[in-house]
Amino acid sequence: MINPPFARQVQVCRCPLCGLVCADEATPGVRRKCPRCQTVLPHCQPEHSHLSWALLLTSMILYVPANIFPVMHTSFLGYGSESTILSGVVAFWRSGSWGIATIIFIASVIVPCLKFLSLSLLLISRARKSVWARCERARLYRITEWIGCWSMLDVVVVAVVCGLLRFHALSEAEPRSGILYFGLVVILTMLCALSFEPKTLWEDKQ
Amino acid sequence: MKRPVSGIPLFYRGRWRNAFIWLLPVVAFIVAVSMVIQARLSVGPEVVIAFRSAAGLEAGKTAVKYKDVTVGLVKAITLSPDNTQVLVRVALGRDAQNLTRADTRFWVVRPRVGMSGVSGIDTLLSGAYIGVDRGQSDESQYRFTGLEIPPAIVNGMAGSQFKLEADDLGSLDINSPVYYRRIPVGRITSYQLRKDGRGIDLNIFIDAPYDRLVTADSRFWNVSGVDLSVGSDGFQLKTQTVAAIMAGGIAFSRLDNPTQGGLYKRTRYKLAPDQETAMAPADGPPVRFQLRFEHPLHGLNVGAPVEFSSVRIGHVASVELDYNPEGYRFPTIVDIDVYPSRMGNVLEKLPKPTGDTDLNTVIFTREMIAHGLRAKAAASSLLTGQLYISLDFVPDAPEVNFDAAKRPVELPTVNGGLTILQDQLTGIARKINKMPLDEIGNNMNTALVELNKTLRMVNNQSLPAANHLMQQAQQTTQDAQKLLAEDSPLVIHLLHSLQEATRTLRAVRSLTNQLDRHPESLLQGRTDDVVLNVPHSLKEGEQP
Repeated sequence: MINPPFARQVQVCRCPLCGLVCADEATPGVRRKCPRCQTVLPHCQPEHSHLSWALLLTSMILYVPANIFPVMHTSFLGYGSESTILSGVVAFWRSGSWGIATIIFIASVIVPCLKFLSLSLLLISRARKSVWARCERARLYRITEWIGCWSMLDVVVVAVVCGLLRFHALSEAEPRSGILYFGLVVILTMLCALSFEPKTLWEDKQ
Repeated sequence: MKRPVSGIPLFYRGRWRNAFIWLLPVVAFIVAVSMVIQARLSVGPEVVIAFRSAAGLEAGKTAVKYKDVTVGLVKAITLSPDNTQVLVRVALGRDAQNLTRADTRFWVVRPRVGMSGVSGIDTLLSGAYIGVDRGQSDESQYRFTGLEIPPAIVNGMAGSQFKLEADDLGSLDINSPVYYRRIPVGRITSYQLRKDGRGIDLNIFIDAPYDRLVTADSRFWNVSGVDLSVGSDGFQLKTQTVAAIMAGGIAFSRLDNPTQGGLYKRTRYKLAPDQETAMAPADGPPVRFQLRFEHPLHGLNVGAPVEFSSVRIGHVASVELDYNPEGYRFPTIVDIDVYPSRMGNVLEKLPKPTGDTDLNTVIFTREMIAHGLRAKAAASSLLTGQLYISLDFVPDAPEVNFDAAKRPVELPTVNGGLTILQDQLTGIARKINKMPLDEIGNNMNTALVELNKTLRMVNNQSLPAANHLMQQAQQTTQDAQKLLAEDSPLVIHLLHSLQEATRTLRAVRSLTNQLDRHPESLLQGRTDDVVLNVPHSLKEGEQP
């Protein structure tokens, strides 16, 4: 099987905005701009993957307070309680709502962790210019990108509950800081997945 | 910098931009770490409060509130090792650090319904919470014993605390209101039995600004319940507000004519049983006298009034027995306390020798005794037999020796009114005893037997005869009535006879007329029968 040449191999680069293909003279540490529309050309170089790494690292850091701090404060008949993501899962599980507990657990624990794992895997493998399981890694990337829009489930649940439970003295729910961090985690992982360039998967070792 | 060249990408150095993106995780890390540190730092001290029961408390939910601000949360509720108490572990906030003082008080706020009102209604919905009152002590403490009853006053409330001395608690209770002109201005915060058990110390709290109404001239009295008194002016019913009737209460007021020093406050007051007692002028120091009665004083109690010319000037302090070996007698020794100030204006008119008051009293008393002042036990009520001591001048009192050195000063006594009454009664009884009651009784018995006999005779003989007679008379009357009735045969016959007689008489008259007019007819016989038959009046009319 004859692989067609990569853009890098023929020293060209395509502008993502205006589609101008221009010569790519790789110079380390130098950023290129499209001569036509002045768009910063995307990073084709492995050493230009700082953005993805930074976003991934930020989201992983923010995932810690997202789990430590309460996401919601509910008060029912004056009994106020604050619940973190995990305590909410435990509460649902104990109260017999195993389905809801499972969904929340998957959406807010398993999915973000898997995303961290898959993005780390993709970034590491790209940094090492590994040629191992390229097709599977491409599928993993597609899944990671697609699942990004479904990761906001927790945020939506909190928003809906807080909107619905407004019976002042009887019961009330308010969002707490944890959900903000969780939302940032989701957004940052999505940005990370976006900033990852899957075509680098196909680059060969030189 | 910019050198746009068509077709060839523009290159320029931008390595710092790549480094810039790493600020994002650094900032995120700093924010996250700072928030975690802040969360750790905001955790304040943990205290353990011992309660008798954990009713209404819930771990992880029950809040601890100071001035209605949540300052902590109940973390765990456990039993004490000896199972007598409930240990409530409370995590206080960082800002509640200064609440952990040695005299800080904790109590559970639950809905409470009492005579004086309902409290803690809001906890019906929100659930019980633990209330805190910050102490004043400088020492910190982390183990507390919770109060079972919420404190009536918390630190920081404006007002003043006063102590009242009462004989008994009555129907007062903690939180019973204190009234000033029927406005509730305070409440009872606590009470305790005095150490010697001879009364109750009440602590009351008067809210600001009413506490300035309490002065040295203030008088406190109990307004619990309904005061119904019967006097010479009729029935008097005195009540306070319904709350005071139900829950008890204390009222206070100032004297109408305040003495000097009306501005400063005393810390201890006496609690009078009613308004009259409270507002009565102060008694001042009492003077004690001793009385010696040779006869027993049944019905004289400690506290019985001592009256002088019908004015109550003191009370009986003690009643004791004494033994007199002469004649094996047991006289009664009565100590009385007399308050000279109760004599009022009289006191000012009396001579005021200067010097020792005790000596003055002795001299004055000696003069009075010389003028016939005597004490006697008189009956205040014949029904109950209660006695009171009456000091009065007896006109022809026998001379007595006055011992000026004896303390308390002894007043001579005379037999009281009841004794005289008893003597009189004894006299009456003796006279009754002397009466020949047996003889009278016998005589009366005989007379009664006679009377009985007579009555029996009357009953058995006279009365039946009389009865028969009455019946006969009744029959006769009935017969006579029958006889005289309109349709009786007798009357009919009588009427008939009378008609016959009338006819006969008419015939006789016509005969006499005939003879008058025609006397010859006596010889010749009647000439014309027709003429004779014509009525006399018609015949005379036809003739002319």
